[in-house]
Amino acid sequence: MTAIFDTPLYPYVRHPDQDRLARDPVIIVGAGPVGLTLAIDLALKGVKAVVLDDNDRVSTGSRAICFAKRTLEILDRLGVAAPLIAKGVQWNKGRVFFGEREVYDFTLLAEDGHKQPAFINLQQYYLEAALVGRAQELGVDIRGRNRVMGLEQRTDYVSLTVETPDGPYLLGADWLIACDGARSPTRDMMGLGFEGRVFEDNFLIADVKMRADFPTERWFWFEPPFEGAGQSALLHKQPDDVWRIDFQLGWDIDREAELDPTRIRARVDAMLSSQTGTIPDYDLEWTSIYTFQCRRMARFRQDRVLFAGDAAHQVSPFGARGANSGIQDVDNLSWRLALVLDGRSEALLDAYATEREYAADENILASTRSTDFLTPKSQISQIFRNAVLDLAADHAFARPLVNSGRLSVPCVYPDLADGLTGPMPTRPGVACVDAPVGAGYLLDHLQGFHLLALGCDAPDMLADNGIVVTRIDAALTEQIKARYLGDAPSALYLIRPDQHVVGRWPNFDETTVRNALRAAIGRE
Amino acid sequence: MTLNLDPNIADPDGFYDELLAAHEGLSKAESDALNARLILTLCNQIGDRAVIRAALRAAR
Ligand SMILES: Cc1cc2nc3c(=O)[nH]c(=O)nc-3n(C[C@H](O)[C@H](O)[C@H](O)COP(=O)(O)OP(=O)(O)OC[C@H]3O[C@@H](n4cnc5c(N)ncnc54)[C@H](O)[C@@H]3O)c2cc1C
Repeated sequence: MTAIFDTPLYPYVRHPDQDRLARDPVIIVGAGPVGLTLAIDLALKGVKAVVLDDNDRVSTGSRAICFAKRTLEILDRLGVAAPLIAKGVQWNKGRVFFGEREVYDFTLLAEDGHKQPAFINLQQYYLEAALVGRAQELGVDIRGRNRVMGLEQRTDYVSLTVETPDGPYLLGADWLIACDGARSPTRDMMGLGFEGRVFEDNFLIADVKMRADFPTERWFWFEPPFEGAGQSALLHKQPDDVWRIDFQLGWDIDREAELDPTRIRARVDAMLSSQTGTIPDYDLEWTSIYTFQCRRMARFRQDRVLFAGDAAHQVSPFGARGANSGIQDVDNLSWRLALVLDGRSEALLDAYATEREYAADENILASTRSTDFLTPKSQISQIFRNAVLDLAADHAFARPLVNSGRLSVPCVYPDLADGLTGPMPTRPGVACVDAPVGAGYLLDHLQGFHLLALGCDAPDMLADNGIVVTRIDAALTEQIKARYLGDAPSALYLIRPDQHVVGRWPNFDETTVRNALRAAIGRE
Repeated sequence: MTLNLDPNIADPDGFYDELLAAHEGLSKAESDALNARLILTLCNQIGDRAVIRAALRAAR
């Protein structure tokens, strides 16, 4: 184990609040990737949140390793992406196996003109450590070994009982944001269900540290031929010469027996030697068995308590949507919460819940479809699945049907009218597609509400209900034209602080823009 | 394009022969697999989701 697991990053310190009755505007339960991201985003918007965590360090062991472009874009907006990308592994060669044979290989080619890569592989603890560092730099109050053990919703605040090494204390919050993970004690204390389609499976995770070179490729097996390897197996690289191996073992297993290192080594040996015939030298860094379910809470807003991340939804690991979607939850929530604290309508928070519930359904659907491909549920689905894999060996047309997990992409929020006949990838609801602008990138300029004026006039700024919208200009380069204009000669985009498009039109029309802005902040 | 449910194959008897001949000598499992590969190949040829959906409905 690396020392990073053992180092307290925010050790317990007795806080003056423990000797008085304090009340804070925002309390975040949980200093995982989601809670920390929210605290940083709020701090950048001038809101000082208190973060409570029952631990005082990064999460132990092996969890998320694949972080997608949208997550990196959000982290870049928060000032934490660059070192993570420098540390992360980028691979582009993948190989797909079906039983004994290699069906095909592929090379991922990322689209040009984006600041961030399509994704990186990086151990979750590196992300958490970077987030803790950034939060501390911004003066966020992270209280280690502060475990929330009681909660009551009062008319206009939430009352918490927090357990510490010095005993319990009471704390009040105008808004409580539960980012306390899949087993969310907040959810339990409120007696709320965790509903949806349940899919159950066990995954044996082994992180192995290679002592010699091994290719930076992603290997995926359907029906791996190695004994006891389960229904699928995956191998891919993380930083520090660590390779992640997942074996999908099914539901009825003997956990104890499966965790026996000799048994694990036997399958890992078989897998690693399958292409070369020799077993490379490696150490088992971390092994564990995880269980996954696909479900979400019915409502992410419960009055003054809002849920985000794993506390609100859980998905299977295919497609790496857990941490990625949790970070998008708080990207959606932080600007709304800052506005509500500033006196704007609470409808903003209902819209958070609605949009992110929709996103959770989309993620659950995507990961359920992957699961159905990986673990066919009937004889005929097995026949079709195998037919796809057989065809994929010889014919390109079948390869897009092979589903071993679809990389997390941001959700397109529905129900926003499109006033332009423009490119689909930048229609209202989407997260802005990046493109080079001047010496930098478009997304570098998007931190608040903005008008993006392309080949048309617009005011430098526009104020409405106390919100200031500023204009961004971009030269009409080929990439900007292709991504934002298509065949349209000009366009005006209204963009919100999470970089999602609110609306777009051929030209600036003040009434139209004001109406769209008011709808976005819950004031029709 | 709409789904064509009128006769569209020249030499229907010859086509039918060819279809059955493709299965000759195959076990039930091999035949099932061939059918699945054939359906996927034909669906890709059609491409149009509305037509495929209409065909699924007609077949069911
Ligand atoms: C094996 C594995 C592989 C994965 N791979 C990926 C991947 O590749 N990509 C991806 O995006 N996701 C992946 N995930 C999912 C990802 O790890 C989670 O989605 C992510 O950690 C969720 O973050 P969170 O902040 O919501 O919750 P957590 O990380 O679970 O954090 C919750 C925090 O709340 C604290 N807490 C709990 N109860 C209390 C309490 N009562 N009081 C105070 N604090 C409390 C905990 O100490 C913890 O720090 C994977 C998960 C696993 C297990």
